[in-house]
Amino acid sequence: MTAIRRFLPGWLSSYATLYILFLYLPVIFLPIFSINTAATPKFPLSGVTLHWYEDLPKTPALIDATWNSLLVGISAAILSTVLGILAARSITRYRYPGRRAINGLIMAPLVLPEVIVAISMLLVMLQLGLSLSLFTVVLGHVLVCIPYSMTVLTSGFEGFDRSLEEASADLGESAFGTFRRVTLPMVAPAIISSLLVCFTISLDEFIIAFFLTGTEATLPIYIWGQLRFAAKLPGVLALGTLLLLASFVLMTVAEILRRRAARRTQNEGGLYA
Amino acid sequence: MTAAAEGSPALRAAGPRRSPLLQSEAAQGFALISPTFVYALILLVLPILVVIAHSFWTQNYLTIDHTFTLENYRIALTEPIYRDLLWRSLYISLTVSLLTVVLAYPIAYFISFHGGRHKSLWLFLITIPFWTSYLLRVMSWKVILGYNGVLNSGLMGLGIISEPSDALLYNSTAVIITLTHAWATFAILPIFVSLEKVDRTLVEAATDLGDGPLRSFLRVTLPLSAPGVISAALIVMIPTVGDYVTPKLVGGKDGVMIANAIQAQFGKAANWPLGAALSVTTMVIVSLMAGATVLIIRALQRLAR
Repeated sequence: MTAIRRFLPGWLSSYATLYILFLYLPVIFLPIFSINTAATPKFPLSGVTLHWYEDLPKTPALIDATWNSLLVGISAAILSTVLGILAARSITRYRYPGRRAINGLIMAPLVLPEVIVAISMLLVMLQLGLSLSLFTVVLGHVLVCIPYSMTVLTSGFEGFDRSLEEASADLGESAFGTFRRVTLPMVAPAIISSLLVCFTISLDEFIIAFFLTGTEATLPIYIWGQLRFAAKLPGVLALGTLLLLASFVLMTVAEILRRRAARRTQNEGGLYA
Repeated sequence: MTAAAEGSPALRAAGPRRSPLLQSEAAQGFALISPTFVYALILLVLPILVVIAHSFWTQNYLTIDHTFTLENYRIALTEPIYRDLLWRSLYISLTVSLLTVVLAYPIAYFISFHGGRHKSLWLFLITIPFWTSYLLRVMSWKVILGYNGVLNSGLMGLGIISEPSDALLYNSTAVIITLTHAWATFAILPIFVSLEKVDRTLVEAATDLGDGPLRSFLRVTLPLSAPGVISAALIVMIPTVGDYVTPKLVGGKDGVMIANAIQAQFGKAANWPLGAALSVTTMVIVSLMAGATVLIIRALQRLAR
């Protein structure tokens, strides 16, 4: 039995290392093959080149898709963070009947199959006579971003000491002054973190955009269209690498900010804790 | 939006005294959450109700015939093509959730019990790949498993196989591998959270009372972490049953899932009511399967004690 006890942590940590490799390995092949001279992704690499990257800015359709993605991402991030702030503040500060049920409904898109969420929204939008465009994509993205925004913001708002606001008001600060000088600095990192998380989700989201867009493509839709052509694969891999890099940087910044927010309100726990 | 503004604390303090109803904590909280709540009602609840309604109607070329019928459900449940797709989707999502939970549990356990100071670093490392585009992760599996892919060229380079195998890509195994990878993080986090809540003194007590590490794990830690295992299983099972991208990219003919058929009804086939009925059927059956999973895990939990 003592043998198991001594052996177990060692075995577990090698398993954990292997698991991390399993998580990262597939993703790492995208950058590797994006600098390969040959169009087929296989080892050994036939040579190293950056020309797939150089070709990217010369593709007008890709430039359009990038602008569309930025527009959708920024709009979705702002809208879902505003709705997230209202809901997270309400959930963490007030007690009222139906609170858990409402929270459950708002978080539901997280656990529903995306295709079903997408086609149901598509049906309603067509019934309402909304023409499909980037606007409908934003509406869809906001719905799936709110749960993530809520998680980030709740962890930032929980443990927020209400007496600090009361103290500020008692000391003669106006309501707006209290908000600007007490509330905002405490919750700002969580809000920025939520904006970044939502932007990243919208930037990478495919299914909802695929169903709800009209003729305009976002980056994932552009990639989807290119996947049919084997010869275009290296270009797609190059673009994919840039997207991976963007997501990685944005999420790292978001996580650092979220932790700072949690520390300020003396609340520990991960994104899902 | 006015309702929200009235509830917002900054404006509330500045505004004149209002009726006692608006002053009450419950009303303020409700007013504050109402914009988000209404948004979810309009873009989630209403659409799902519209889908359910459509599933009882009939497509009449370009118009919808609103007479009540169960014909779509008859087709969804008895036509061999849809029945097979449904079974395959359920099989794939059940296998994937089982695999992800079994593979994720040791990691969650390791981080929670042996993570030490590096707990948040481990969690961060595990969440990062999850934030990268789903489409790109599926695409990278296509690169790995393809005929000219990494795995084939690697195995040939090592001399294990002499010519590329086409058995790796375009089947349901490829779909299962890809989905297991894609949903790994979703399974680790809930299990980790529930393991964090396990009272360490209970494990010590079991050890003091003579239970070995394996026995105390099976009788104390594992049953106490059952809620995390349940939510991990559900969080993976329900969304994967309706996955569209993975079967389309790596599934080939033998890996097609129900979501691809649903999409076809809303696209080329243009039979919205049938697509709606397929969606509702899928959701009902996967919910039943999820409910059964919860009951089984709870029963096992009781047995372990």
